[in-house]
Amino acid sequence: MTIADDVLQQHGLTREEYQRVLEMLGREPTMTELGIFSVMWSEHCSYKSSRVHLKTLPTTGKRVLQGPGENAGAVDIGDGLAAVFKIESHNHPSFIEPYQGAATGVGGIIRDIFTMGARPIALLNSLRFGPLEEPLVRRTFAGVVAGIAGYGNSIGIPTVGGEIGFDESYIGNPLVNVFCLGIARADEIIKGVASGAGNAVYYVGAKTGRDGIHGATMASAEFDETSAEKRPAVQVGDPFMEKLLLEACLEVMKTDALIGIQDMGAAGLTCSTCEMGARGGAGVEIDVSLVPQRETGMTPYEIMLSESQERMLLVVKQGREGEVERIFEKWDLHAVRIGQVTPDRRMRVKNQGAVVAEIPTASLTDEAPLYRRPMAEPAYLAEAQQLSLASLGAPPPASEVFRRLLASPGIASKRWVYRQYDHMVRTNTLVFPGMGAGVVRVKGTHRALALSVDGNGRFVYLDPFAGAQLAVAEAARNVACAGGQPIGATNCLNFGNPERPEIMWQFARTVEGIGAACRALDIPITGGNVSLYNETDGKAILPTPVLGVVGLIEDAASVARRAFRSEGDAIVLLGETRDELGGSEYLKVIHGLVRGAPPRLDLEHEAALQRLLVKGVADGLVRSAHDCAEGGLAVTLAECCFDTGLGADADIPAVVEAGLTPFHDVTALFSESASRVVVSIDAGRTAELQALAAESAVPATMVGRVGGNRIRVAVAGRGVLDEPLGEAERFWSDAIGNYFESQRAIA
Amino acid sequence: MKFAVVVFPGSNCDHDAYHAARHVLGQEAAFVWHKDTSLLGADVVILPGGFAHGDYLRTGAIARFSPIMQEVRRFAEAGGPVLGICNGFQVLLEAGLLPGAMLRNRSVRFQCEHVFVKVEHTDTPFTSGCLPGRVLRIPIAHGEGNYYAEPEVIDGLEKNRQVIFRYATAAGAVTPDANPNGSVNNIAGLCSDARNVVGLMPHPERACELAVGSVDGLVLLESVVASISQGALATAR
Repeated sequence: MTIADDVLQQHGLTREEYQRVLEMLGREPTMTELGIFSVMWSEHCSYKSSRVHLKTLPTTGKRVLQGPGENAGAVDIGDGLAAVFKIESHNHPSFIEPYQGAATGVGGIIRDIFTMGARPIALLNSLRFGPLEEPLVRRTFAGVVAGIAGYGNSIGIPTVGGEIGFDESYIGNPLVNVFCLGIARADEIIKGVASGAGNAVYYVGAKTGRDGIHGATMASAEFDETSAEKRPAVQVGDPFMEKLLLEACLEVMKTDALIGIQDMGAAGLTCSTCEMGARGGAGVEIDVSLVPQRETGMTPYEIMLSESQERMLLVVKQGREGEVERIFEKWDLHAVRIGQVTPDRRMRVKNQGAVVAEIPTASLTDEAPLYRRPMAEPAYLAEAQQLSLASLGAPPPASEVFRRLLASPGIASKRWVYRQYDHMVRTNTLVFPGMGAGVVRVKGTHRALALSVDGNGRFVYLDPFAGAQLAVAEAARNVACAGGQPIGATNCLNFGNPERPEIMWQFARTVEGIGAACRALDIPITGGNVSLYNETDGKAILPTPVLGVVGLIEDAASVARRAFRSEGDAIVLLGETRDELGGSEYLKVIHGLVRGAPPRLDLEHEAALQRLLVKGVADGLVRSAHDCAEGGLAVTLAECCFDTGLGADADIPAVVEAGLTPFHDVTALFSESASRVVVSIDAGRTAELQALAAESAVPATMVGRVGGNRIRVAVAGRGVLDEPLGEAERFWSDAIGNYFESQRAIA
Repeated sequence: MKFAVVVFPGSNCDHDAYHAARHVLGQEAAFVWHKDTSLLGADVVILPGGFAHGDYLRTGAIARFSPIMQEVRRFAEAGGPVLGICNGFQVLLEAGLLPGAMLRNRSVRFQCEHVFVKVEHTDTPFTSGCLPGRVLRIPIAHGEGNYYAEPEVIDGLEKNRQVIFRYATAAGAVTPDANPNGSVNNIAGLCSDARNVVGLMPHPERACELAVGSVDGLVLLESVVASISQGALATAR
């Protein structure tokens, strides 16, 4: 039998890859084997295009308990505890079926965390959509948010933070990146290994159906007008089943009867079987006829490739099977023995005793194809980096710009969204969504963890190396603003088709940038996820790395939020504003441009700023802290006022290098220079902060006072903004909801 | 004093109720699995929030058949204090221990936010520590908290002074704008005829520590502890 080109194409395998399969097996594969190779060698599972680059990331550090390669990473947070966390994408399914795509994305990352023996205590998400003016985008947006809510709320894990960005490039390729963090005892972390020949392999959880077959292959291809036909490849989630699995698995893990455990995510039974075997240096043999099935007449091929949700694979110590079965029984879950560990490093699949697939596990994992794909600097780059403000004509009045920015969905309040997420369950949430980094306390200790996910696709598009560094810096800065010392990070890298040299170049430069920033800020990367082929009809998304940073707060009683606290407090700008409108929200919203060079970043200065913040918050000196990001200093000052009823009277420095052009004020107000934070402090302690800042070589400028019911901003003594607080807050708070409530009124 | 926190498959505020009783209040507390048939000699029973049995069919509809519910009913009939929070309230409705039903929120969305509720009556074991008319700032987190009952049932509840909590403004005004979900008469919580069974949609157990946003919920648990230690309740066990 010779396998035809169209069969290979359906399986996402090239002729060369197929040749390799033949060599590895020494024979023609069966259809089941072909399916297994297809999913394991897909970009999604094998990281074949990205792995050579990812290997350069810094992954070690004194707190790192588990780096990349397991279900999730882990860092030591003291008190004998570990924070176990990871971020993962579910982009492709969320476009095809927004609610289920997003819901199962949440379900998948939660399984990765509790599989490590950790109880999940926090979720965050980073989302990207096209402009909300588009009806299709509104449908996707509402569906994704409802899906995240539906799953996270039911299972009882709070969604404590996140970020949402908008750009035309995401219309047909929304991004849904979900971050989960759990707490485990550092010495009780459990891994996804199969070892000890003769130990039983158990299947537990939902029954296997035909849903999601070839999901991993779908996630490794571009979209075109026929993509909607791929709907059957999207899985359907059942958070109740996952809640039972979560509780039952955590109970089983306490018994010490487990060798290893892994969830069946992408590539389902195939991936869990061969990865567990490969990690443990063993083989795994299963009989698919023993797998609980939801549908009749399923073939071994379908059972092996199904991506039905809420399923786990366990390896149980010999003699402890009864104990494990009884716990699952208690939770009304059926744990079924479907095979055993073998000594031969092969994955053997039987159907009623007859072998239907037999493959060396290494050929599916470590020996999967690796590509060093060709790279080329994109043709658009040099031109896009040129920005001539003079060619834009006169900017609109500052007041108009201010209002339009506050109401732009990227900046506007996300309350419409996070109100749908249960962000309080488990009673650990110290800083609620919308107030800065999400902060959760760690019960039983005095510590808390600050969590932030950030990434700016515009900056990365304009300069991948710089943009990636800015993403690391921003996520770490947000965590530091809350008072958290950044101790670990996870990344989700969302890009277009890696077979195009310019996309691969963006990817490689991004990974270099992340590596450089993480090394400089001493933040190890403990894992993550790569999502490629985010393209529709040949048009790629903005390259979008999302960084999730975990910060450790030593004293949960000392935490800072974005909002001002008291009338009369002094407002201080840490850092300096420069002539940096490149890639800004201002250029995008007001002039419709994504141009110029992203802001410069001095990593040494950034590190000093973050140290100052952590110390200032811990000492109670810094009463509120808010990172200056999209919309610049004017928007940051306004956001510090919102939700407090407290106004601000500020006089901010002019940007000398901008010169006396028509953009003089706009630059001071809306430039997005990096490494800037607005803090408020007791007016009697300004000298103390000045001294601390001088010691750290961080520029600190007194810019004003908290109070009144207006937002007043002057540039170098000349008033340019004087807005009633209530009105400004309405522009900001109602903007996103308005896209939906007005629609409902029409309907 | 001992609190029993019933755990249904899908309960997810069980740990929070336990934490409030055990670690904030310093009382004894125990989890009781839904398949169990003993309340372990508890003085107070809490049916916690969550999605019991996935809330499949209808919220609380399957949970009422859990074996432990017979014992909860017996405990309630004997005058023991029972508090149903959110999904626990929904279970009490389905079990017929309190009247009425829940519809989807008027917004047709899940809502998680702090709201204000006014304490209407203080002659229940869970509100005895309040002054009448006290306004509590407590979070809600539900998709189906839109309380409904037939008009004659509502009339009966009002006449019997069984509406214990109403959504209100911070100043205690019961207004349509202060109603987050469309509940009839702004009803946020009820008590039984005998006043010992109380159900409410807001989450008092999430409002027991300033660090997490409010301490206004603590009064419910403190009230029941005081009620029991003063012997104001029939001993149910």
